[in-house]
Amino acid sequence: MSNLLFTQPFFKKNGRAVAIYFLVAIIFWFVFLVIIPQLYMLDLSFRSNVPPLARGGPRDFYTFEHYQHFVFGSKSSIDAFNFVALGVFGRTIIVSIFVTIANLAFCYPIAFYIAKIANPSTARLLIVSLIIPFWINELLRSFALRILFANEGVINNVLTGIGIIDQGILFITYDVGLYTGLIYAYILLMMFPLYNAIESLDVNQIEAAKDLGSSTIRTHWRIVIPHAKPGIVSGCTMVFMLTVGALATPVVLSSPNTLWFPQLIYQWFNMNDNWSRGAAYSIILLVVSVIFVLTMMKLFRVRIGEIAR
Amino acid sequence: MSADVELRNVSVMFGSFYAARNVSVKINGGEFFSFLGPSGCGKTTLLRAISGFQDPSEGDILIDNKDMSGIGPNKRPTSLIFQNLALFPLMSVADNIVFSLEVKGVSKKDRRKRADELLELIALAGQGDKKVHQLSGGQKQRVAIARALAIEPQVLLLDEPLSALDLKLRQRMRTELREIQKRVNITFIYITHDQGEALTMSDRIAVMNEGELQQIGACAEVYNNPLTPFVATFVGENNPLYGKVKEINGSKVRIETSDGDFISTINENAKLSVGDDAISFVRPESLFIESDRDHFDNKIIATIESFEFEGNLKNFYASLKSGLKIRFSVPNALDTSSISSGTQIILGFESSKSVILPKAALAID
Repeated sequence: MSNLLFTQPFFKKNGRAVAIYFLVAIIFWFVFLVIIPQLYMLDLSFRSNVPPLARGGPRDFYTFEHYQHFVFGSKSSIDAFNFVALGVFGRTIIVSIFVTIANLAFCYPIAFYIAKIANPSTARLLIVSLIIPFWINELLRSFALRILFANEGVINNVLTGIGIIDQGILFITYDVGLYTGLIYAYILLMMFPLYNAIESLDVNQIEAAKDLGSSTIRTHWRIVIPHAKPGIVSGCTMVFMLTVGALATPVVLSSPNTLWFPQLIYQWFNMNDNWSRGAAYSIILLVVSVIFVLTMMKLFRVRIGEIAR
Repeated sequence: MSADVELRNVSVMFGSFYAARNVSVKINGGEFFSFLGPSGCGKTTLLRAISGFQDPSEGDILIDNKDMSGIGPNKRPTSLIFQNLALFPLMSVADNIVFSLEVKGVSKKDRRKRADELLELIALAGQGDKKVHQLSGGQKQRVAIARALAIEPQVLLLDEPLSALDLKLRQRMRTELREIQKRVNITFIYITHDQGEALTMSDRIAVMNEGELQQIGACAEVYNNPLTPFVATFVGENNPLYGKVKEINGSKVRIETSDGDFISTINENAKLSVGDDAISFVRPESLFIESDRDHFDNKIIATIESFEFEGNLKNFYASLKSGLKIRFSVPNALDTSSISSGTQIILGFESSKSVILPKAALAID
């Protein structure tokens, strides 16, 4: 058996030590870090909520109640639907779409500038100055934005100080802080796929389009964007998925009146001690996000293999 | 419609480096004009200046007698064929060809019609729906030409577009390019480091070195009457014979070298006086193995060192008394069985086939 394994081309090519490391690392990652915990969550989401000691007992049975709860709310509620959960969910998805689009709109010109216009030393400087702020942890960055956007915050103080406005603008109440924070939080995950995709475009293509009479906008529309499409999709997918699942930024920056869907999930897990319901809500978020992303990819005719490029 | 292109004292500087220095040339409408020079001589820079991608640091560029300064590449009546062609890989062949019409807002139906016409012109009729990567190298070449012609430019600029092709295809494309140029009758400005390409296609060529124009003229004129030692050795092969001017008699100059005296011809405007350092050039095909019938006005004694077979020609390398190496070629049809390495022979050449120039750097230095 072991002889059969070690004579495989994979072992011959990489040597025994490296091959074993690869196998163990990949199996550990996939099985222990991805498959088992997620299967456990999936299983949990279909079980009644019982304390750990009662597991396997008569009160522990399979049920759809947590999924039903997401749509219809608790049985004691007078509403026909769970408007709170559905509302938070819908808002999270829609805002995440806009955050993703805003992120793309913000990153595309910068990525293009770094990849095709800036000279190499300027490009390096810009990339470094994009990366370094992300050494600051997410919570600290979010709180810093809160200081900026608070009612008595830096922006309002400056604006009232120089007399442009009389009263502070309610940035936090209207979630300006949240949107800014969410856009900023995952900007690198948009920037680098975009930069990589644009960078690989032959500059002669851009010049050829220009030489044939094309305006700058048309050159981008017909040449640069189609070339960068895999990078755009890759960046948008990552930013969307992470925004939809963001927790730290909404906790710090969302207005007291609004919730971000992961905050709701977090409440079920931790504050209400209902892991099953939390798991069900998580799975709903995951499934809907994946379906949304796959639909978008279908719509923009991108194959899943392309985003790995 | 074709247009004149005129460069007036054009210089292009990158920092303090002159990529092109003080270039003045007038290219006539409908002419096939080539800039010929080694890589880094500034020919591509000049082409980019004409197409509008590079602003000249000094001087003016006029197309059809209009000053082009401040006019971008998308507004000039020029069209550029890139060295790597720069076809758009994500578009079909037809979409590539009529991209310039799409830009102008021409309707889809009219675009298709024009694409079909141009595909006809480049002998690719019916292949418009293919993707670029499905075409062969030569076909891609022709698509690039069609795309550049679709915009109906007055001047077509070509940046070594044949350099990536293999020899046979390159030779065929030379003929095709020349034919297309005659058919569309517009000005072609061609950039190349390949003197064979320049000589076979062009009406006139400009030889460049280190950013400066060395000589402008018809192909045969440049080949037969080079004005500088650089041109003499860059365009075609040439054997330099170094020496001092001994005697000047009209257009004939006697040069004294360590391998004896030779008589060469001097260009009208070359400046040489007795005693000057000079070089006489004689081409490999102008050197003949002397027989009783021939009477050449120059003779050299040489010892055969080696020989290489080129197919149509046999190239012999021989050394002179002074140690100077020279090369001569004979047609393959000629019997050379009596010559082998170590054989001493007498070579003759006509003074009319030898050019004498003031001493300066060669292309091969």
